[in-house]
Amino acid sequence: MFAYHVRLALLSLKKNPALTALIIGAFALGIGVCMTTLTVYYQMSNNPIVHKNDVLYAVALDSWDPVEPYDDDQPEQAPWELTWRDMMALRQSDIPTHHAAMFKGSFVVEPESDDVLPFEETVRMTDGGFFSLFDIPFQYGAPWDTTADENGEYVVVLSREMNEKLFGGQNSVGRTLLLDKLSFTVTGVIDNWNPAPKYYDVNNGAFDNAEQMFMPLTVAFPLERFSDGNTNCWKDEDINDYQAFLNSECVWFQYWAQLDAPEQKARYQDFLDAYVMEQKQLGRFERPLNNRLTPVDEWLQVRQVVADDSKVLLGVSFMFLAVCLFNTVGLLLAKFIGKSGEIGLRRALGASRTAVFGQQLVEVGVIGVAGGLLGLGLAVLGLRAVRKIYIGLDQLVDLTSIDVSMVLAALGISIAASVLAGLYPAWRVCRVSPASYLKTQ
Amino acid sequence: MLNMTHVSRVYRTDTVETHALRDFSLYVDEGEFVAVTGPSGSGKTTFLNIAGLLEDLTSGTYELDGRDVSGLSDNERSKIRNEKIGFIFQTFNLIPDLNVFDNVDVPLRYRNMSASERRKRITEALEIVGLTSRMTHLPAQLSGGQQQRVAIARALAGSPRFLLADEPTGNLDSEMASQVLDLLEDVNRTGTTIIMVTHEAGLATRARRNIHVLDGRIQPEEPEAQADGPPPLTAVQLAGA
Repeated sequence: MFAYHVRLALLSLKKNPALTALIIGAFALGIGVCMTTLTVYYQMSNNPIVHKNDVLYAVALDSWDPVEPYDDDQPEQAPWELTWRDMMALRQSDIPTHHAAMFKGSFVVEPESDDVLPFEETVRMTDGGFFSLFDIPFQYGAPWDTTADENGEYVVVLSREMNEKLFGGQNSVGRTLLLDKLSFTVTGVIDNWNPAPKYYDVNNGAFDNAEQMFMPLTVAFPLERFSDGNTNCWKDEDINDYQAFLNSECVWFQYWAQLDAPEQKARYQDFLDAYVMEQKQLGRFERPLNNRLTPVDEWLQVRQVVADDSKVLLGVSFMFLAVCLFNTVGLLLAKFIGKSGEIGLRRALGASRTAVFGQQLVEVGVIGVAGGLLGLGLAVLGLRAVRKIYIGLDQLVDLTSIDVSMVLAALGISIAASVLAGLYPAWRVCRVSPASYLKTQ
Repeated sequence: MLNMTHVSRVYRTDTVETHALRDFSLYVDEGEFVAVTGPSGSGKTTFLNIAGLLEDLTSGTYELDGRDVSGLSDNERSKIRNEKIGFIFQTFNLIPDLNVFDNVDVPLRYRNMSASERRKRITEALEIVGLTSRMTHLPAQLSGGQQQRVAIARALAGSPRFLLADEPTGNLDSEMASQVLDLLEDVNRTGTTIIMVTHEAGLATRARRNIHVLDGRIQPEEPEAQADGPPPLTAVQLAGA
């Protein structure tokens, strides 16, 4: 019967092409707008390392001002970052499977080739554990070893793109390049890796591209490097030199740890608590004990990676879809009432109200599929327009890409919306009294 | 087979009450060919709609095959219409977008019948009306007489217990009308009960029994009609009378 109803639906849609086009167009417009915002929202809400969500934790210690919390809107949260002293202390722990401290720095790159002019490049200053922690694939070579971390060796890992730019995409492991006139040796080239959102450091733009250069964190301190990202301080301290800055209560290091088992996590939590209790004895950490290990998905929520205006936009787009549906109800009603004669005849020949109702719902379902497919086309155009507006932000390619789940979602929403819009017209028309239309057929 | 007793049908608006049928009692036996005549507005179509379970009656009782069908649910009425009643309309009421085969298929689609069974019945019905060669034609490609024959095939495909024909020749010229009536007579001879509404007394004489309706009531037989009409024109059988 379903196939029969689909066939009747196609015949019916062909019968009034203008009205059909209007109805499908209204659906498509609503779906197109909805899917554009929904795709961006969905991709923004994405957890790029979901397979490690239960073992990967952002580490936070509440070393903040005893008078007021770090974030007034979320007073239960600790500062998002760590002080240098705390970061250095946490690096000594051997409890996590992998762990890494990090901040965003920058260096001037002087390429070997005369064809490429010197340029300033953002660099992720981190520990060698960074690459295992976040499952970063390597095209050539490997991360630097722990000795490099301990000694602050001048080694660097490049992105595939940066390797292409500096070394023409060849295996550059062992090659050197000048960064701020210092010679760094390439230990590895990572393969394509650009998580969206950039969960490991959502400061200064959660949807910025991942850095294209990585070097040991310990390189930074002898060179007296400051963060190019966020540095937040609460205490009135005399900071006269770099060492005083390092020893200050300013927070500027992101810290992540991989804790594979619950007991490992519990041990690490105990370690953090013991460390903070010890620091309290020294007059630090005056706030209540609040050491937090936050998994990635929760971290993305706490850090409000998906901005409120994105949610509002999503709501507005669904309201737009509702308006389209509301208009479609009228069009469907007109279409179905126009078929009253045929429906009266079918009723006379034995079709039950349920059968007639089902026939109309299948027809709106077919409209929904057509509207959904056309809407997807409009969404693709809409997403291209978004990319044009934010040109240069590579991550937008991911944020504005429609995957299979979004195609299915579009069709699902479209069919559900069309059936919803068709319920009243179908109900109205299935109550047609057969006798009243037979003479006028 | 069909037994209406003291049936009335009243249409009400805020200000007006129209009695389409009044104290209408009729018994039609299996295999009869009954013509219902009367002027426009006399209640013929209302009677046919009630007989075909297309409309509710206001009071009285209506039994079909010994079953009281006056209080049935909409679904039950649909099922009876589908399985027991065949309809033939003045305006043919074919679905213009469907070809002949699919038009005849319409009532069978609501019977949970296999595709092969449906095909067999459609082919047989179209053979009876002589239109097997036009299966793929759309109604607009057929003459009026052919369209009415398709409508008859549609009514016959479901093997109904009785056919209700509402002015079946009203839109046809005399030659085609005669052919259609020949066909109905053939169908009747196979045992199918036929009730035909018409306002043409000439056509009514082709039926085996003639009922005249006026002002929603069955009228006594008119002597001249008896004189003009060929036998076996029988007296009105009033149920319970």
